Amino acid sequence: MNKLLATAVAAIALGTSPVFAQPTDILNASYDIARELFEAENAAFAASGATTTINQSHAGSSAQARAVLEGLAADVVTFNQVTDIDKLVEGGFVSDDWASEFPNNAAPFYSFPSFLVRAGNPKGIADWGDLAAEGVQVIFPNPKTSGNGRYTYLAARAWATEEYAGDEAKVEEFLTKLFANVPVFETGGRAATTAFTERQLGDVLVTFEAEVLGVRKQLGADKYDSVVPSVSFLSEFPVALVDKVVDARGSRDIAKAYLDFLFTPEGQEVAAANFHRPSDDAVLAAHAADFPEIRLVTVDEAYGGWDKVSAEHFADGGLLDKVFVNQ
Amino acid sequence: MTRATRSTAEMIFITLAFVFAGALLVVPLAVIFAFALREGLGVYLANIAEPATLHAIGLTIFTAIIVVPINIVIGVCIAWLVTRFRFPGRQVLITLIELPAAVSPIVAGTVYLFLYGGQGLLGPALQGAGIQLMFTVTAIILVSLFVTAPFVARELIPLMQQQGTEDEEAALSLGANGWQMFWFVTLPNIRWAILYGAILTNARVMGEFGAVSVVSGSIRGQTNTLPLQISQLFNDFNVTGSFAAASTLALMAVLTLILKSTLEAKGGWR
Repeated sequence: MNKLLATAVAAIALGTSPVFAQPTDILNASYDIARELFEAENAAFAASGATTTINQSHAGSSAQARAVLEGLAADVVTFNQVTDIDKLVEGGFVSDDWASEFPNNAAPFYSFPSFLVRAGNPKGIADWGDLAAEGVQVIFPNPKTSGNGRYTYLAARAWATEEYAGDEAKVEEFLTKLFANVPVFETGGRAATTAFTERQLGDVLVTFEAEVLGVRKQLGADKYDSVVPSVSFLSEFPVALVDKVVDARGSRDIAKAYLDFLFTPEGQEVAAANFHRPSDDAVLAAHAADFPEIRLVTVDEAYGGWDKVSAEHFADGGLLDKVFVNQ
Repeated sequence: MTRATRSTAEMIFITLAFVFAGALLVVPLAVIFAFALREGLGVYLANIAEPATLHAIGLTIFTAIIVVPINIVIGVCIAWLVTRFRFPGRQVLITLIELPAAVSPIVAGTVYLFLYGGQGLLGPALQGAGIQLMFTVTAIILVSLFVTAPFVARELIPLMQQQGTEDEEAALSLGANGWQMFWFVTLPNIRWAILYGAILTNARVMGEFGAVSVVSGSIRGQTNTLPLQISQLFNDFNVTGSFAAASTLALMAVLTLILKSTLEAKGGWR
């Protein structure tokens, strides 16, 4: 309590957090449902001998990007969408070669939209096509506000484009039916989960596999089943140093050491234990029992890159708006 | 008219009042404690002793300790000004005081972000001077000051208008200086209203979610106030921990209310 008072008084006196020559703490601004993951990662980081204190701030990935632009002094960002880091690049907070600063395009782990159904799978849901059937209620977050929801839209569209051999009219008909089956669009991934588990809404929750497996572990494997679709959309969770902040604070070395740790076998092991698929193939192979085979399409294969996705699908009046008629 | 027997209608209304009060007020409060304690007292205490929750409790109390006195002084000054003096713009000032109570807290928070954020009006200049306001404890205190600014003045203005200036004029004519008059005449007349306003301010500061959530940055163990911590715990599926944290906030609220009724009984100005 004394320390808190002292810090707060100092903060008021200076109007800022005290700046030390050698900072020993960094702030990780991260996405909403990653609290459990980073609590575990930070504990493992400390166990590896690091003395840096990692503070955590969590909110929606896009909201966090906005907060950093507004002055949230995050040394590192760990987001669930590449486009949110691009916003920081545009704002001059992150250098534009951020993806090459770390292995695997700076994505230490990944996931993909998958299905969580109630025990015994009473509606017999096996693949994307079943979500558009009459009488099935689907829960996923609003693609307008949630990266999780955008990944779901892109995955469903990728499946439909293959299924209907590129017939755009049929793809849009499928997507319109799918969206019409959603009784309520929550603004974020965890809120959608809560709607499905606590409020008992819907027959199937579409969310990251990491969340699907985490919910089964937290709330009981006897209450929910995991269903992996035939194909889904690669959702890489990128990390970056916030150059503007680490340069101002002199924390580049300890911030980089932290992000480097996420790519080490120890860091990858923690990610796998928290149901995020590790980018390290050896660690992934060791956890093959948790992670069934799935074919994942990438943004480049299916849509020609994030810039095109933003312009064609998510801009106002874009392809999403054509099928998202009940928004 | 005798009160010995109550009419059926009266009995029905009284019963309804108690049923609604029970269903809307007592049951939710009881649920908080039932959920918080459902895994036993040991788990409950462990949940409260969890460092991030403990810090949130400390930060919430700390914010109240800073905000309440400042807003008492501001409230007394404003009430004094608008009830003892006539000046152009007086009515405008009286309306302006009400502004923070009229706007949605989330708007209040966003306004501060637009003013002091890195992309805001004054933010870049402040950052150039090395001052970071947003996403610090300072920002939490600033928005709390804003949203609770009206409460003390609101209690004082009607009372001071009704009391008039006779006592003070008498004191002055008997040779008191301005400070003596305020200390020995004005203050004793308004002290209960000040306390009442302070209690309302305190309750609002401790419970404020919307405005604080915009400017806090929600850094666990640093800028997470109790309401934010409760919401995060709930979203993390830690329902028991969330209700344990909520119970501390509810306890503070109940204590505040007990204090308020005690003062009301004692002061009897209403």
